Amino acid sequence: MSAGSVAIIDYGSGNLHSAAKAFERAAREAGLDRTRIVVTSDPEAVASAERVVLPGVGAFADCRRGLDAVPGLVEAMTEVAQRRGRPFLGICVGMQLLASRGLEHEITAGLGWIPGDVAPITPADPSLKVPHMGWNTLDARRDTPLLAGIPTGEGGLHAYFVHSYALAPQEPGDVVATSDYGGPVTAVVCRGTVAGTQFHPEKSQRLGLALIANFLRWRP
Amino acid sequence: MLKTRVIPCLDVKDGRVVKGVQFLALRDAGDPVEAAKAYDAAGADELCFLDITASHEARGILLDVVSRTAEACFMPLTVGGGVRTVEDIRALLLAGADKVSINTAAVNNPDFVAQAAEKFGSQCVVVAIDAKRVSGEGEAPRWEIFTHGGRRATGLDAIAFARAMTARGAGELLVTSMDRDGMRSGYDLGLTRAVADAVTVPVIASGGVGGLDDLVAGVAQGHASAVLAASIFHFGEATVGQAKAHMAAAGLAMRLDPHSPGA
Repeated sequence: MSAGSVAIIDYGSGNLHSAAKAFERAAREAGLDRTRIVVTSDPEAVASAERVVLPGVGAFADCRRGLDAVPGLVEAMTEVAQRRGRPFLGICVGMQLLASRGLEHEITAGLGWIPGDVAPITPADPSLKVPHMGWNTLDARRDTPLLAGIPTGEGGLHAYFVHSYALAPQEPGDVVATSDYGGPVTAVVCRGTVAGTQFHPEKSQRLGLALIANFLRWRP
Repeated sequence: MLKTRVIPCLDVKDGRVVKGVQFLALRDAGDPVEAAKAYDAAGADELCFLDITASHEARGILLDVVSRTAEACFMPLTVGGGVRTVEDIRALLLAGADKVSINTAAVNNPDFVAQAAEKFGSQCVVVAIDAKRVSGEGEAPRWEIFTHGGRRATGLDAIAFARAMTARGAGELLVTSMDRDGMRSGYDLGLTRAVADAVTVPVIASGGVGGLDDLVAGVAQGHASAVLAASIFHFGEATVGQAKAHMAAAGLAMRLDPHSPGA
């Protein structure tokens, strides 16, 4: 696979067509003309990609089983992200899979790249509904190129969330941004070349396209 | 802070947008993909397609509409109408829907909702509750579930049904008053609030919006997390932007981001 390729991993978790379209549009708007977006389940294509995106919707254990069902896929992801140090982005459950363990229904091993557990969100205000569903702003915890140019804070842009579980990293420094939902909820994580968003950038209009463009330019 | 969502709903029949008055009289009002793009650009927080096509053969047309919409709009899309099997859900999600709304099939077979939530996750399972008030004047309010566009009573209590659906894994409830739908006299706030207060998942108020104050009331008095409307947006009486500005002025937390240009 050539330079400039972005592999969106297809392992049977939802529709990736609109995600691919969002990445294509963000690349176009950012003037990254050489970027090629590929939706693939081929471990070789994943291992040799310049950047990798792991989407995910549904339950943690189901998504983990989906990854394991493709022979060589987890090994290819480990190769590209951990050994080659290529930028890697997990989205929603794809971000949760970066954790050590998921506690949804049963205890399921994650990839363990961002140490921590994925546990139910428990808003301090009992009138707040679960799932955390809809548009929320981000509170930046530290500087990162992934949020460059994106207004954060209560007056900032909004991201689209839909989740009942959230990743709680062991290392506070792995949390790049949170959202307020009866307390801080992990919204963006980053550790080395591995990043993740709990929200859906491909559904988050302006903020989403800006974050995708930042990921496509990211040189960690 | 999480914001209140404004959701324009497009009734779609044979690939065209219509709006049913009391779910019966229909008016043709355009191409769903064009309408979706316009709502996306106007700052809608989500979109909802309700397919009211009678024949199953026309399913392909709907899937095509969904897939063309998902390619052009980077915002959440819920699709309902005629969702009866796990395969129906899979086809809609693969076409690009983010959530599916289940109505009659949830009444006929509540376990279908559990299957759907297990297979695809609660986050994409919306149960559409169509209810009518059945208590008389002066009685304690009671609402019953109706199917077939409000023509068929089921004997099911709406609040008990709402609880049963969330227990089976529904991630959100779309609550429509069949007394109010198309009447432009405001949501049935008693119904909306009774359901919203009975469940832990978000509730979308639907049916009966006649003006922007109705949207405010759906949240402030009805305790809904999101408000759905069709006619007032669809026939240009108010823009989504005006609706959100009005709700913000009334003190509700709204997303007022500068909108992205259409694709």
